[in-house]
Amino acid sequence: MLEAVNLGCTRGDRRLFKGLNFSIKPGELIELRGANGSGKTSLLRILCGLATPAEGEVRWQGTNIRSLGEEYSRVVSYLAHQNGVKDELSAIENLRISCGVAGNTLSTVNAQKILERVGLSRQQNLPARSLSAGQRRRVALARLLTSVATVWILDEVLTSLDDTAIKLSRQVISDHLSKGGLAIIATHQELDLAAARVQRMKLSQ
Amino acid sequence: MTAYSLHSMFGWLVWRDLTLAWRRRADVLATVFFFVIVVSLFPLGIGPERETLRTIAPGVVWVAALLASMLSLGRIFGNDYQDGTLEQILLTPQSTYLIVLGKILAQWLVSELPLVIIAPVLGLQFGLSQNSLAIVVVSLLLGTPALSLIGSIGAALTLGLRAANVLVALLVLPLYIPVLIFGAGAVQASVGGTSPQPYLLLLGATLVLTLVFAPWATSAALRISVE
Repeated sequence: MLEAVNLGCTRGDRRLFKGLNFSIKPGELIELRGANGSGKTSLLRILCGLATPAEGEVRWQGTNIRSLGEEYSRVVSYLAHQNGVKDELSAIENLRISCGVAGNTLSTVNAQKILERVGLSRQQNLPARSLSAGQRRRVALARLLTSVATVWILDEVLTSLDDTAIKLSRQVISDHLSKGGLAIIATHQELDLAAARVQRMKLSQ
Repeated sequence: MTAYSLHSMFGWLVWRDLTLAWRRRADVLATVFFFVIVVSLFPLGIGPERETLRTIAPGVVWVAALLASMLSLGRIFGNDYQDGTLEQILLTPQSTYLIVLGKILAQWLVSELPLVIIAPVLGLQFGLSQNSLAIVVVSLLLGTPALSLIGSIGAALTLGLRAANVLVALLVLPLYIPVLIFGAGAVQASVGGTSPQPYLLLLGATLVLTLVFAPWATSAALRISVE
C-alpha cells in the first residue's frame, strides 16, 4: 500500500499544495487532474522519490520511502513527461539498455516482441532521433511493458499518442491493475479504466 | 538483488555510456585534439631551446591535461539530464554511488585514457628522456582518474544551470591543484634526475581519497540538481 501523509510542496515561495492525504492499494488507480502548473508533476516526482516534499511523507507498506531507498526504487516505475529516450540509440537499443541498467536483462528476441506490440517493429533499428514524437512515446511505453514494478507512476501517459497507441496504453494499464499492480496517473484525458477502485484527485491552485 | 545482477547493472551502465560516446565520437575527438594542440603550441611559441622546453614540459603537459579533462565534464551528466534518462537511471534499484562510479569510469575511458596514451608522443616534442616519458604516463594514469572524480562533483552541482561550463571551471580548477602539483612534480623530479616516487605515492593517495569520497559527494549533488 502506498500512502501519502500530509504532503506539502512548494516551488520557490509558491505553495503548490499542502495537507494532501491519500492511500492506494493493489489493483487501484488514482487519476490526478489539475490545471497546468498546479503541481501534478511535482506530486508524482515526490511519490517516486525523486523530489523531497516540503512537509509530510510518502509511505510504502508503512515505511517512509526515504528510508527504503533502493528497495523502493525496485517497486516503482516512473514514466515522466520526458520520454527518457536516447537520440543516438535505436528503439531496440534504448529498450535493452534501459532494462539492463535497471537490472532485468532483456534478450533481443523479447525486445523485438515488445516493440512489435507497441507497433515499432519496422522502426526498431532506426536511431530514435529520426522517430516522431508519438513514436518516441511508444518507446517509453515499451519500457513500461518490460517493467516488473508494482507501482506505476505515469505523467501524461497519453500525450502525442494516436488512437491505436492510446487503446494499447489503456490495455497495458488495465492488465497491470488486474495483476495486482497499482497506478497513479496524471492526465487531462478521460482514461476509462476498469480498476478495483478509482480515486479521482484534483489539484487546485 | 544478487551480487551478479548488481554487477550486470554496472556493466550495462558503462556499456551504455561507451556506446553513446562512440555514436558521438566527434565530441571525444575534440577533447583529444584540444590536448594535442595546446601542448604543441608551447614548443612552437617558445622556440627550440632544449633546456627551457625540458623544464616547462611537466607543467605544460599537466596543465593541458587538466584543461582537456575539464572540457569533457559537462558530458558526464549533461545530455542524460536533458533527455530525462538521468532520472530513469537514478530510479533504478542500484545505489547512486555505483551509478556515479560507472558514469565516471566511462567518462575516464572515453575522454582521459586517450590523453594518457597520446601524452608520450607529445612529450617527445619537449626532448624528454624515455624514463621521463614513462613517468608522464604513470603520473597521468594515477592523476586523470582523480581529475574525473573531482570534476564529477562540479558537473553534478552545475547541472541544468546557465553558464554551467564557466561555473564548472571556477568550482573544479582550484580542487585540481593538488593533483597538478603532485603530477607535474613527479615528471619534474624525473627530469631533474631525482626519484619521482614520493610524488607518485601522493598521487596514488589522492586517487584513493577521491575514489572514496567524490562519488558520494557527486551523488548528493545529483540528488539536489535533479530535484
